[in-house]
Amino acid sequence: MRKVSIANWVFIFLLLSIGVLFAETPPPKEGGVLPEITLSVPEMQAHQDYLGITKDKKTFHIPEIKAKVVLIEIFSMYCPFCQQDAPVVNELYNKIAQDENLKNNIKMIGIGAGNSSFEVDFFQKTYHVNFPLFPDRDFFIHKMLGGVRTPYFIGVKINKDGTHSVFYSKRGAIENASKFLNLILSKAGL
Amino acid sequence: MRKCTKIFFAFFVLLFVNSYVFALSDAFKNNIYNPGQLKPIDSKLNVKVGDRAPDFTLPSLSGKKISLRQFKGEKNVVISFVPAAWTPVCSDQWPGYNLAKVIFDKNDAILLGITVDNLPTLYAWTNQMGHLWFPVLSDFWPHGKVSKMFGVLRSDGVAERSLFIIDKKGIIRYAHVSDINKRPDLKDLAAELEKLNKD
Repeated sequence: MRKVSIANWVFIFLLLSIGVLFAETPPPKEGGVLPEITLSVPEMQAHQDYLGITKDKKTFHIPEIKAKVVLIEIFSMYCPFCQQDAPVVNELYNKIAQDENLKNNIKMIGIGAGNSSFEVDFFQKTYHVNFPLFPDRDFFIHKMLGGVRTPYFIGVKINKDGTHSVFYSKRGAIENASKFLNLILSKAGL
Repeated sequence: MRKCTKIFFAFFVLLFVNSYVFALSDAFKNNIYNPGQLKPIDSKLNVKVGDRAPDFTLPSLSGKKISLRQFKGEKNVVISFVPAAWTPVCSDQWPGYNLAKVIFDKNDAILLGITVDNLPTLYAWTNQMGHLWFPVLSDFWPHGKVSKMFGVLRSDGVAERSLFIIDKKGIIRYAHVSDINKRPDLKDLAAELEKLNKD
């Protein structure tokens, strides 16, 4: 049997390390930052306007959204709890949209884990979701966010200097829009 | 170590960490058994598009027996075989079809969900999905008989993740076996159902 050199053992170790790193990425921690998630600029003008993202470029990062706080829902069209919670999430969106002090400061987006564009559109139309939803067909973003169970909510505070920090990161349905909104306002310091 | 061995090894490691991914609903808590990465397809179809679909009768969760022939002349039939209850990808497939009822209704189709699990197991499992609008059938005994008729019984005794569309005349119009590790895109099924209206 041929001997494997030290260099080759190092090569194998590095490869396995990369594997472990990708396989066990933890969910974003409160006080930490988001991984660098790249999203496609939405096709709908209303969604571009809502996020304050122009069509000049094809992709953007979440901290570029024009808001003080961004709420991210990791969902799936195939998830029963996400389906049940969709009206409550819409209620949360409406509470924010109807409040003059909040509507420009808090923006919401959804990321469909393992969902194609068709599946995300189907979910959006079925539940009349007004905020932008993004497909993540190959679970690429979902893996970056720790492969969390759905629904999962992440609150991100965006600072004036362009930096950001995660202030909320938790699995589970919202269940009560008013209580959740108060919690978010309190944790974000708005 | 030769260069090609290195490349093969790198490919294997990256394939392993990238291919087996799924998003699990919190509805199932920690009750899902993860079988890991499986051989994508492990059977050979016994039917093809254009064939008359083999008839079958299976017990359903409602307590009634359901036969394919009862829909002849009445409804197009979509059969969704999924491998097993309480496994990751399967648990996130039928809840999507539950939401997509409008796609089936629009194309005058009924959905029959089939696994090789027994009825008590299917009862406990599907209860986590909410109220399903479509019949769920058990191909438990004789074990996998119907799955075998269609050629989707794997060597370990579970069914392939597969979809069949049978028109009102009883003819198979679509037969698709997916990689067992991945959920098929709803878009493809919706497009195939739309084709029924164009003929």
